[in-house]
Parts: sequence; structure tokens; C-alpha cells
Amino acid sequence: MAEERIDVKKTYKMYIGGNFPRSESGRTYKALDSDGNLLANACQGSRKDFRDAVKIARGAFNGWSSRSAYNRGQILYRIAEMLEDRRDQFMRELGPIGFKTAEAEADINASIDRLIYYAGWTDKYQQVFGSVNPVASSHFNFSMLEPTGVVAAFAPEKSPLLGLVSIISPIIAGGNTCVVLASEEFPLPAISFAEVLNASDVPGGVVNILTGSREELSEHFSSHMDVNAMCYTDELPSDMKKLIDENASLNVKRVVKRMIKDWYHEDSQSPYFVTDFQEVKTTWHPVGF
Amino acid sequence: MTYPDFNQTIPIDEIGVNERVARLNSRSIKKGSKVQALKLALSMIDHTTLEGSDSPGKVRQLCKKAKQPYPAMPDLPTVAAVCVYPRLVGIAKQELKGTDINVASVATSFPSGQVPLSNRLDDTRFAVEEGADEIDMVISRGAFLNGEFSLVFDEIAAVKEACGEAHLKVILETGELQTLENVRKASDIAMHAGADFIKTSTGKVSPAATQPVTLVMLEAIRDYYYKTDKMIGMKPAGGIRTAKQAIQYLVLVKETLGAAWLNKHYFRFGASSLTNDILMQIVKQETGQYQSLNYFSND
Repeated sequence: MAEERIDVKKTYKMYIGGNFPRSESGRTYKALDSDGNLLANACQGSRKDFRDAVKIARGAFNGWSSRSAYNRGQILYRIAEMLEDRRDQFMRELGPIGFKTAEAEADINASIDRLIYYAGWTDKYQQVFGSVNPVASSHFNFSMLEPTGVVAAFAPEKSPLLGLVSIISPIIAGGNTCVVLASEEFPLPAISFAEVLNASDVPGGVVNILTGSREELSEHFSSHMDVNAMCYTDELPSDMKKLIDENASLNVKRVVKRMIKDWYHEDSQSPYFVTDFQEVKTTWHPVGF
Repeated sequence: MTYPDFNQTIPIDEIGVNERVARLNSRSIKKGSKVQALKLALSMIDHTTLEGSDSPGKVRQLCKKAKQPYPAMPDLPTVAAVCVYPRLVGIAKQELKGTDINVASVATSFPSGQVPLSNRLDDTRFAVEEGADEIDMVISRGAFLNGEFSLVFDEIAAVKEACGEAHLKVILETGELQTLENVRKASDIAMHAGADFIKTSTGKVSPAATQPVTLVMLEAIRDYYYKTDKMIGMKPAGGIRTAKQAIQYLVLVKETLGAAWLNKHYFRFGASSLTNDILMQIVKQETGQYQSLNYFSND
């Protein structure tokens, strides 16, 4: 049977609440390879897509944050396993956008390792950063970390897989849920990573991935009152930074800016990336009465 | 008045009803008209708490919210009524003194109604004596499904009498009536027996209010109006949680009964969490920013 076959190509959609919807706006934009050829159409997410995603992330928060730390670790580990299993898919996707074979392999390896790294931290950061505090009165005084809530993040523009994984893992390791805007230029690996998440026991809504324009969405990412933290790791245009800071002040959103150029460097992973999205609760418990 | 033969069934085209609802739902209401619709919906809410755990404190909270839904926007309309169990009517009445917010009370052994009629009438009289302006009664669904339509009719008439001056809303509990034909029939019985309002559900049975059921009831109201010139009110209750749903209901009312029904005297929403969603949408329209429940009081 030497008949010629028509390729069945994948439609890249967004990832919201464990489903893969198109943008409600119906808009798409072209995702190109490094030679400027069309790879696929990606959804151009809108304000309403973001709103829907936040609503779903908020709904998923209680369930996810009340899972045991150990179970969250298991699930992060599971994501790593699934990613390992889909190496070939990512090799095929990273190649055309400028990754040489060895680079793509290194990127996937580092992404898997990063997931394992944060899987390990899920049930340890509490011990390391929580504390029993000396006080002068007859109280047992202790501080605990609690997840911030819903985090909106811009995934790194130039590191479409490793950067994305490095942003998402510490956020969800700490019990938060998130809405992440994928790299605008290279959106496709993010959607394939969403397929990995979807196959990894991550409850729907814990991670939501949009594709689209930062320019268009930064206003809504930063001003939504039900978003508790906003995160980015690239240098942004100064007016966008200003907009984000100003809008974040509306509900005292935590704005986490960590300028990371090299996602392979040992400084690009740290338990402090987990605590970036934690709030410290201190309790005074009377003793000796 | 001549009474129809309730043993006759008015056929309902279920597919037609669903299609009409779907078509009306596709209507897009934006910007200025949306704000207007949201404020109208807010003014039609029966702000409700019907839990076993209700306490005087909770009812006081609820009344505060009814009087001033969102302190940052003092010009917003108040809700239409506060709806509580009979035991708590006195407290609500006291809290709402001097406002035009009504106190509604579920009576007649809500939500099942499974006690002797004399007890249900006592329940009703108690609520009225405590100061309830509106009584929400439940019909005997068991008797209705048995075909004892006269019994159902007589019970409603008896409760109406016990209400005195208070308005009577008759809860059909459509989630237990099985077919749209039954919904239509129960609506007709309730209206002929003296209901001022007909209401879909107690909120304790699933499904509660749905749009198809509401459309059938609105059409019953329309036909009753053509026949008697009497305007009967409508109250969908239970399961209406979002501002978007509320606006869809308003469209249904407007298209079935007309603008005369678009006020709190003839249309109500029975809801507890709807108020906050409407408030969030109003603030969103004013500020352009999506809102969070964190900044709106719970009750």
C-alpha cells in the first residue's frame, strides 16, 4: 500500500480547567518555525478566556491546596514521568524552533529534572521555612506557610519548555493554582506540555495555559481582583512593568519578578521560588493556663 | 370565575420550549443595558437564607446586606425582600423597619409540606403574626402526582385565607413534578386558587429553577392574565447563581409577559449567592476590573 497519505495535524488549543478549548474570541495567530514557515495556528487568548481561566483556577484552589504535601509531590513526580515518556514529541517540536538535537535533549532533561526537584520540595519547604518563634510571654508561637492563591504568570519568552516548567512547578508545588501565558513566539510546546499535565493526575484547573499576546493581556493579568500574585521572569517594556505594578496595587497583588536569563544555571531553581508564592501565618497559642 | 377542568392536560411542546429558551439566551446584552439589567435584577432578589443552622445573628447580617448590598456604592437599589424561616421573621422585621424591603417567610412546613393541613395553617398564621409581608408555601406534590387536584387547590385556598393581607407565593417544586405538563397544570391550579406569585422551587430539590420550566410558568401566567386580567407574579428560585443567568431570566420575562412584569412586584429571584455575583458584575462594569468574592460580604 504505497498510497499517499494526508497528514493529520494537531490543532493547538489552550488548556483551561483540564479541557482544551479554543479562544472564545475565535482568534488565532501564526506560530512560525525559525525559518519563518508556518508551523500551526495558535489561539490568541482574550480577556474573557483569562477571566474564565481565573474562575476555574479559583475553583480548583481549595482542593489543590488542601491535598497533602506528599500527594502534591507525587503528582509533580508523575508529571516528570509523563514528560519522560513523551520525549520524542518535544524533540519534534523544539527542533523546528531553533533547538539543535543536543540542545533539545538537554532542555527536556532539565525540564524533567526540575519537576523532580520541586516534587522533592513539596513536603520539605514547610519544615525549612516554617518556624517556632521565641516569645517573652507564655505562648507557643509558630509561623507556617500558606499558599497565596491564584497566580497569573508570564512564561519566559525564549525558553518555551524549560522556562515554562520552571515557572509552573514551584507555584503548584506550594499549593497554588495558576493561569500561565505561554511564550508568545513559541506557544506550541506549552500546549503539548498541557497534554502532559492532563495525563498526570493534576486536577483540572490547577494549571491553565493560555496562548496569546502579553501586550493585550498584561492589563487583565495584573488588574484582576481575584488573582493573588503575578509573576514574570523576562525583562518587560517599562510601560508594561509600570502598568503591572500599578494594577497590582489594586488588591495588593504580590508581583514576583525574577530576571532569569539562563534556565540551566543552578540559580534558576530554588526553594525560594516556592516561598515567593507563600504567605506566612503566625499563630499565638496560649500555654500554661 | 369559571374554573378550568384540571383533569384536562394542556400539552406542552418540550422541544419548542427548549428551542425558544436557547434562542432567547443567545441575545447579547452589553454595556449600559447590562448595567441597567443588573441593577433591575438586584432589586428583584428575595435575599434568602433557609438553613437548619440559621440564627438571629445570621438573619441580622442578611438584613444589613439587604439594606446596603455594597457600601462602596450606596446608590445601588436594595433587594426586594429577605426570606427566612417563620421563627426568624420577627428579627428580620425589626431589622428592616423603616425600609421598603419586605419580609418573606417560607411556611406550611417548608420544604416538604408533609404535615397535617392544620399545622401548615398554624405555621402560616404564625409567620404572618410575626410580621411577614409575603408567605412562600409549598404544595402537596404527593397529592398532586396522585391526581388529587381538588385537594391541592383547596389547600392553597386555605393557606391564602390564612395569609390575610400577606402576599402568597406558591412553590410548585417543579423538580418533583416530572413533566412540563404537570408544571403547567400546577401553575393553573395555584393561580386559580389565589396565588399572588407562583414559584418554581424550594431550592432543596434538584433540579431547582430551570429556564424551560420558568418559560412554561410564564406562559401560564400570560394565559391567566388574558383570561382574568389579573397579573400574577413569577419567582424562579434555587440554582440561579450568576448575573448572566439572571439576565437571561429577565429576557424570558420581557419576551413572554412584557415590560409590565419587569419589576419587583411581579418578578423575583429566590437566591442567596446571586446577590454577590450581580454586585461583582456591577463593580466590574464600573471599574473595568474583574472582581473577587474576597471583597464582598458573605451574607
